Amino acid sequence: MNNPFLQIDALTKRYPSPGGEDLTVFEEVSFDINKGEFVCIIGHSGCGKSTIMNVLAGLDTATSGAVTMDGKEVVGPSLDRGVVFQNYSLLPWRSALKNVTFGVRARHPDWSKEQILEHSYKYLEMVGLSGGAEHRKPSQLSGGMRQRVSIARAFAIQPKLLLLDEPFGALDALTRGTIQDELIRIWSGSEQTVFMITHDVDEAILLADRILLMTNGPYARVAESVVIDIPRPRNRAEIIHDPGYYKIRNHLVEFLALRSKALAEERPDDDGPMKPRRPATVRPAHSAEGEGPEDGLGEGPGEDRPAPLVEPERMSLVQ
Amino acid sequence: MVSSLPARALFLSAVILVVTLGIWELSTPAVKAAGEMTEYEMLMGGADQEARVPPPSQVLERAWEELSNPFYDNGPNDKGIGIQVGYSLFRVLTGYFLAAMIAIPIGFLIGMSPLMYRALDPFIQVLRPISPLAWMPLALFIIKDSEASSIFVIFICSIWPMLINTAFGVAGVRKDWVNVARTHELGSLRTALTVILPAAAPTIVTGMRISIGIAWLVIVAAEMLVGGTGVGYYVWNEWNNLDLTSVIFSILVIGVVGMLLDAAFAQVQRAVRYQE
Repeated sequence: MNNPFLQIDALTKRYPSPGGEDLTVFEEVSFDINKGEFVCIIGHSGCGKSTIMNVLAGLDTATSGAVTMDGKEVVGPSLDRGVVFQNYSLLPWRSALKNVTFGVRARHPDWSKEQILEHSYKYLEMVGLSGGAEHRKPSQLSGGMRQRVSIARAFAIQPKLLLLDEPFGALDALTRGTIQDELIRIWSGSEQTVFMITHDVDEAILLADRILLMTNGPYARVAESVVIDIPRPRNRAEIIHDPGYYKIRNHLVEFLALRSKALAEERPDDDGPMKPRRPATVRPAHSAEGEGPEDGLGEGPGEDRPAPLVEPERMSLVQ
Repeated sequence: MVSSLPARALFLSAVILVVTLGIWELSTPAVKAAGEMTEYEMLMGGADQEARVPPPSQVLERAWEELSNPFYDNGPNDKGIGIQVGYSLFRVLTGYFLAAMIAIPIGFLIGMSPLMYRALDPFIQVLRPISPLAWMPLALFIIKDSEASSIFVIFICSIWPMLINTAFGVAGVRKDWVNVARTHELGSLRTALTVILPAAAPTIVTGMRISIGIAWLVIVAAEMLVGGTGVGYYVWNEWNNLDLTSVIFSILVIGVVGMLLDAAFAQVQRAVRYQE
């Protein structure tokens, strides 16, 4: 079996607390992401999603465990991993265009001014920012426009892995929908590997190839890897008519409402060293058809591994 | 008719100015004719009559005289106001920019390194509240030059606001922006110049504006002590000459120059300001 593009092995984050038990945010988190895959992670606040993302970005370090990308361990921030933060993180004293050229120049220090400008304009146009708006400062742009600039900056450096930390969390529903469509469009033409945090179940189904579900913290784990086998291209109006859509949606909502808490409480209390385990792969879209085990379409890396974190009765429902 | 707020404010300012000057003018009685002097007044040569706060009309007359020929030089005790202000500005700017060259890099260091912050904090806390003029005797003894000593006094008084504001501004740069630099693999020098400096610039320039204000306050006192040249010396010299008209005139000049210095830094502040 050849190694997946991104491999997260037994990632654990503990914060030492003075005079008490250490606070374990998440432990033994293991999953893989293949090249070109769009993976969302969903979980309640406090389960450490953002910390996982920061570890992937190299901005934070885990207490134990390893992240391997393209065969190399992730030890610090790198231009190979672009990040879009929830609060846009644009530099407010630079115009939208200058924010993008900032990234492009860092990526290609040997490029001429014209090359940098041309490349930046290309990506700004891709997110629909042109005709003068690119010369405005972030404070003069709406939230949606700012996030577009941030997305353009991240795509323009053409990272191997794009990390999106709740990129649409601060936007109103209409703007969010438009930018989601734009994100899909840009992504489908780019073969970009994307890892994204979200709170929005519909957004995750619309965008993702796979959704990772996290149990509640502390001691959060990635419990399931839900495959979204709804054919692409997807769009918001048509996706809801897909026969699998509501099965997936109900599965996700049920997980967030009930099982994320239940699973968190039945944490296996073995103190022995746990082996890196992948979350069970689940295909809710096929559940009612009574299809047998995995049909071999999915490239989910978890299929050939034990799935101890999923309740047995749940497994039967799933398969 | 409703005029705009600035227009009404301007009008009110003018009214306040005219009323104040009018009261001042009327409350300074005219000099009595010399013929009716008492014996005491004759002994004083009429000086008692002269020794009064001059009315604004006289000050304006003097201002016109001085400003129409600001750069004359009739020896050590009789120089034009332009020359005196020039001396003071030279000292202030020299000491000030020397202070900036030291305060801003050290402020950066303190702002970026919690270790340096803790290590240098006690020194700053002790040195900062010292009146700059208290350094004067030590400076005169060590430097043995009055000109350089007054520049040193300006240096020492303008260094603290710049140092503290730079450290504060650098330490307060939003972590998101530093993370942007980190994810773009910028080296520490590039990060300092392209992210931290512009992010902290408004705070740094505010410190620079406070410093130039303090430096201009201190130079007058320093020049009164050191003597020789400068607008502070000019005030003291005219006091020794009992020429209160010139004293009032030079007070106004000090105010106007200070205002212009402040306005220049307000412009810089506007240039580096950004809105989040």
